[in-house]
Amino acid sequence: MDGFLQIRSATKMYRTPEGGSIRALDDVTLHIRSNEFISLLGPSGCGKTTLLKCIAGFEDLDHGDITLTGQSLTRIPAHRRPFNTVFQNYALFPHLTVERNVAYGLDVAHVERKERTRRVGEALEQVGLAGFGARMPNQLSGGQQQRVAVARSLVLKPKVLLLDEPLSALDRKMRESMQIELKSLQHSVGITFIFVTHDQEEALSMSDRVAVLASGKVQQLASPKEIYDEPQNEFVANFVGTSNIFKGKVIAKEGRTLTLKTANGRELAVASDRFGVGDDACAVLRPEHLKLSGEARDRAIKGTVTQSVFVGSEMHLHVDVGLGRTAVVRHRHNKGSTEAAYGPGADVTLYYTPEAAHVIECKGA
Amino acid sequence: MAETGATASRNRRTLILLLAPLTILLGVFFLIPLGIMVVYSFLEPGLYGGVEWNWYPYNYGRLIGWPLNDYEVFDPIYLKIFLNSLQIALMTVAGTLLLSYPAAFWVASMKGPRKSLVLFLVALPFFANMLVRIYAWLLLLRPTGFLSTLLESTGLIIEPLDLLFTNFSVIVGMVYVLTPFMFLPIYANVEKLDYSLVRASRDLGATNVQTLWRIILPLTAPGIIGGSVIVFIPALGNFIVPSLLGGSKVQMTGNLIERSFLQSRDWPFGAALALLIMAFVVVLFSLQFSRQSKSEGQGTR
Ligand SMILES: Nc1ncnc2c1ncn2[C@@H]1O[C@H](COP(=O)(O)OP(=O)(O)O)[C@@H](O)[C@H]1O
Ligand SMILES: [Mg+2]
Repeated sequence: MDGFLQIRSATKMYRTPEGGSIRALDDVTLHIRSNEFISLLGPSGCGKTTLLKCIAGFEDLDHGDITLTGQSLTRIPAHRRPFNTVFQNYALFPHLTVERNVAYGLDVAHVERKERTRRVGEALEQVGLAGFGARMPNQLSGGQQQRVAVARSLVLKPKVLLLDEPLSALDRKMRESMQIELKSLQHSVGITFIFVTHDQEEALSMSDRVAVLASGKVQQLASPKEIYDEPQNEFVANFVGTSNIFKGKVIAKEGRTLTLKTANGRELAVASDRFGVGDDACAVLRPEHLKLSGEARDRAIKGTVTQSVFVGSEMHLHVDVGLGRTAVVRHRHNKGSTEAAYGPGADVTLYYTPEAAHVIECKGA
Repeated sequence: MAETGATASRNRRTLILLLAPLTILLGVFFLIPLGIMVVYSFLEPGLYGGVEWNWYPYNYGRLIGWPLNDYEVFDPIYLKIFLNSLQIALMTVAGTLLLSYPAAFWVASMKGPRKSLVLFLVALPFFANMLVRIYAWLLLLRPTGFLSTLLESTGLIIEPLDLLFTNFSVIVGMVYVLTPFMFLPIYANVEKLDYSLVRASRDLGATNVQTLWRIILPLTAPGIIGGSVIVFIPALGNFIVPSLLGGSKVQMTGNLIERSFLQSRDWPFGAALALLIMAFVVVLFSLQFSRQSKSEGQGTR
């Protein structure tokens, strides 16, 4: 086990103005590796920023501890931890030039002038802002400010860079190019990036591993592929990507193939090593794994299209599959093809391969 | 093109119309009296007040201590009083600043009704007559007053303490009267200070002291400068506080001006004194302004 940055049973309570208290972090345990790009992914208010603040040392844990290569950080104040943060609003010092901003950490550490100049130049170069040193922060675009914030942190050669939703204020195009840049920057400097985001696509595309958080708890920590293909629970399945979830009871088992009977009597074939006859289980089917078929097939799901949304590369069909449930299907249409258009009201049959379905435990099935 | 030109000239006419009342008000009640003062300061004082219309530059001579008659010698007493006033005004600025700066952070960190209450309390003294409030200090500071009795009862001092009629008592009174004027601009500045900058500074390894010097002070400087200015000017010209708490022992230029007009009825000399204070303040400000606009010019280059 790589014991780089370990968070054990971290719990943090906040007092609310009404006198109550809320658990912003609830028994969070995470083992973060060196040189990895890890994302903390979760909806707004789930405790991402709180966790980052606890790692940085701006907040103390009520319970649990954080260690860096085996040493507890509890008694080490924020300014002595070898971590730096890129803040959500960048927090550039408005009265200092770009150069002074980047030099700030070296200044307060009384780094000698020649070395300081060299390192500031290097850092600005690294983020592609050489020549911008004399500008004031308010003379830069959002993306450039972002880079200054990153350079200001990296110049101190931290062991971990903490980034709190650094791209959320940028427009889509800028965000996408910054995603690629940050990822390659992490690769070239070779330190751990802990990247907070509520954008699941961002987390999946940039990270080595993703930790999904909800209401102060870690829901799943895994590689992006695993998070997407094998979500651990209903929350992850719903939050990351779009999922069609069918609840049911296992009524037969044959090798790895289970037969799941749903409430409206439909039988689904799914593949799983877990679960036995009589268990409650949920089948998770991603939209792209549901295929449309004109003719009837075995173990197919019949339904009626209620809505079809054209998104450019494909059609998103919302299909009513009975009992008020709607399944989402991605249908790639071919230009100039003569196949029937699937407009609202069209009867369709959905099919899938049992291996494509992922089976999870159901809460309150 | 032609249309926008017409709009612009119409806008300008509206603006002139809107600004007219203020311009007239300032002209009638500020510039004309000021002009009268400048003229009077160069005229001979009348025997029982008023002026004689003779060219008389000796008011300014007297100001800097020039002997007027054969029996007088060079004695820069008025300059000394002016320097003492300057000192008191600067100490007042320092005192109000030391009280207000930490208080502003404290109040800014408060929440909800508590904060409103404290802000109300800061403004509360404005509702009471200043004379009464300063008179209260007279009672507190005199030898048989509250402060002296308290210190005596704790055994810290043996003899009654006479704090009254000293520079100290005047400064105490001035600080008391003028603190809200320092507090409010600083508070307005501190209130909008982005706390994430403080966190960023800590994150980059700065200690609390370094953060204060490098981030907090520069960013709250406008409030400090603004507060200092609006405390310094009334402190320099104040005559109520020194006449009550300074008695005859502490003279400030404000007292001199008051006495020249109301007691010795030497209007030209009073006018010269008043213009001295004004000139001093104006010069100070133009220095500050030119520095500020220079640094701003650098910023936006
Ligand atoms: N200083 C605070 N005082 C009280 N509650 C707080 C404070 N900071 C955060 N919270 C609460 O803690 C929870 C987690 O907040 P946060 O970590 O900021 O979420 P996220 O960054 O994931 O959006 C939220 O419910 C938020 O309201
Ligand atoms: Mg947040």
